[in-house]
Amino acid sequence: MPSFLGNIIENLFGKPATVKYPFEKPEPVPGTRGELNFNMAKCDQCQDCERTCPSAAITVYPEEKRIEWNSFQCIYCHACVRACMHEAIEPLINVEAPDYKKRVKSFEA
Amino acid sequence: MSNEPKLTVIPFGPQHPVLPEPVQFQFYVDEEKIVDVLPNIGYIHRGIERAAELNDYRRNLYLCERICGICNIIHGQTYAGLIEKMTDTEIPIRAKYLRTIWAEIARLQSHLLWIGLFAEAVGFESLFMKVWRDREIVLELTEATNGHRIHMGTTVIGGVTKDMDEALISRYQKDMDKLKKEMDDWAHVFRKDPAFLSKTVNKGVLPKKDAVHSGAVGPVIRASGIPQDMRNNGYEAYGELDFEPVVYDNCDVQGRVLVRLDECYQSVDLIKKALNQLPEGPIAVKNEKFPDGETIYRTEQPRGEVFYYAKGNNTIHLERVRIRTPTLPNIPPLLGMLVGHDVADIPAIVHSIDPCMSCTERITDIKEVA
Repeated sequence: MPSFLGNIIENLFGKPATVKYPFEKPEPVPGTRGELNFNMAKCDQCQDCERTCPSAAITVYPEEKRIEWNSFQCIYCHACVRACMHEAIEPLINVEAPDYKKRVKSFEA
Repeated sequence: MSNEPKLTVIPFGPQHPVLPEPVQFQFYVDEEKIVDVLPNIGYIHRGIERAAELNDYRRNLYLCERICGICNIIHGQTYAGLIEKMTDTEIPIRAKYLRTIWAEIARLQSHLLWIGLFAEAVGFESLFMKVWRDREIVLELTEATNGHRIHMGTTVIGGVTKDMDEALISRYQKDMDKLKKEMDDWAHVFRKDPAFLSKTVNKGVLPKKDAVHSGAVGPVIRASGIPQDMRNNGYEAYGELDFEPVVYDNCDVQGRVLVRLDECYQSVDLIKKALNQLPEGPIAVKNEKFPDGETIYRTEQPRGEVFYYAKGNNTIHLERVRIRTPTLPNIPPLLGMLVGHDVADIPAIVHSIDPCMSCTERITDIKEVA
C-alpha cells in the first residue's frame, strides 16, 4: 500500500484524467472518422458508395442527383470514403452527438 | 427424513453487479459451499452467422469486426485472413507487420481492461481506476492511428487501410515505454499483495489434465502449464518475432492473473520489436477472386483461440460461416473450477476466464411455455 502513496499525492494536486464531457468538449483528434459530407460538385452518381456501405446507410438517387445519408444507420467505417474514385466524400472530424429524432441528411447537386 | 443435504439454488446473472456480461449461472449451494453449477447462455444471440451468409463477403468484414467490441481488431483480421486463404491472396509483408502490431495493441487494451475489472471484482477499486487510466494510453494510440478509440477499422481483405508514418511510429515507441513504466507501478500488487493473494491463490483450481480434457483455451490453459497459443503457428508476422507463449504452472486464479500480466509486458515488447523491424513496401493488394471451397482459420485473441470456418461457392455470398470464439470452450472448465468453493469466491473465479458473452452467442434455445 505505501507504494500507492505517491499516486494519492499526485491525484490530489494533479489534473483530472477525465473530461466533463457535455460541458467541456475534447479537441477532436486529427483523422477522427466523423460525419460524412458529400461534395456534389465532384460526385457523378456512380453508386459505388451505396454498394460498398455495410450498413446500407447511403442511398443514391441518380436521376434527381441527390444522396441521402442516414447518420443513425452509419457505422462510421469510412469504407465509402475509400471506395469513392472521385474523392467526392469529404468526411468531417467531428463526433456526431445523439439526437431525439432519427434524421436523414440529404445532399443535392 | 433423508440424510441428504438440502441444496439452495442461487441464480447469478444474467444481470448482476459483478458480472459485466449477460450470462446466467445457477449455483446449487450447501450452506456456503458450491455443490453444482448450471450455466445458461443465449441472452444476446444476434444471428451473426446467418447475417454473414446473407451478406456480400466483402461487407462481412465490418460485421465480423462488430461481433465483439474488445477484440474487434482481431475478429476483423481473422475474417480477412480467412478470405485471403480462400482466394490465395498473399498480403504484403508490411501489412503483416502492421496487423501484428495492431493485434498486440488489441491484446494489450483487452488485458488491461480485464486486469482492472478483476481488481474491482476482488475489491480493489482504486487499483481498477489506476489500471484503466493507464489503459487510456493504448486507447489514445488507437485513436491516433485511425480515428476511433475502440473500433480501429484498419483491416481490409488484402492488407490494411492505414500506413504508419515516422511520427506515429515514434509516438508508439514513446507510449509503449511510458505504459511499461506505469505498469511497473502496480504490477507488484498482483504478484505480492497478501490481501490480493488471499482471494486468488488456490482458488478455481484447474489441473493440467482437466484443462486438456475440458478443452480450455487461451490464458486459462496457459495458466495450467500447457503452452497452447495460436501465435505459435506463426501467422501474420509472429513467425519472425521469436514469439514464446507465457506459461504458468499455478493452475489457479493467480496463475491466470500472472499469465495476463506477463502477456501485457510481452505485447509491449512484441510491438516495439515489430516497429523496429517494420519492413518497407506496399500495404495492400487487391483480391480479384471470389471465395471458393472450404477453409478454416485460427488466430489468438486476448481470451484464447478464435476459430473461423467458411464455405464459398465462387459467388459474392458465402454458403456457410461458422465462428467459435474463446469463451465457449472456456465455460465447461469454469464449471469444474467453481465446485467446492465458497459463494464469496464466485466473482473472482468467473472473472478469471474473462467471459465475453456477446462474442460467444451463436445459438439460443427458446423454451415453449405451456
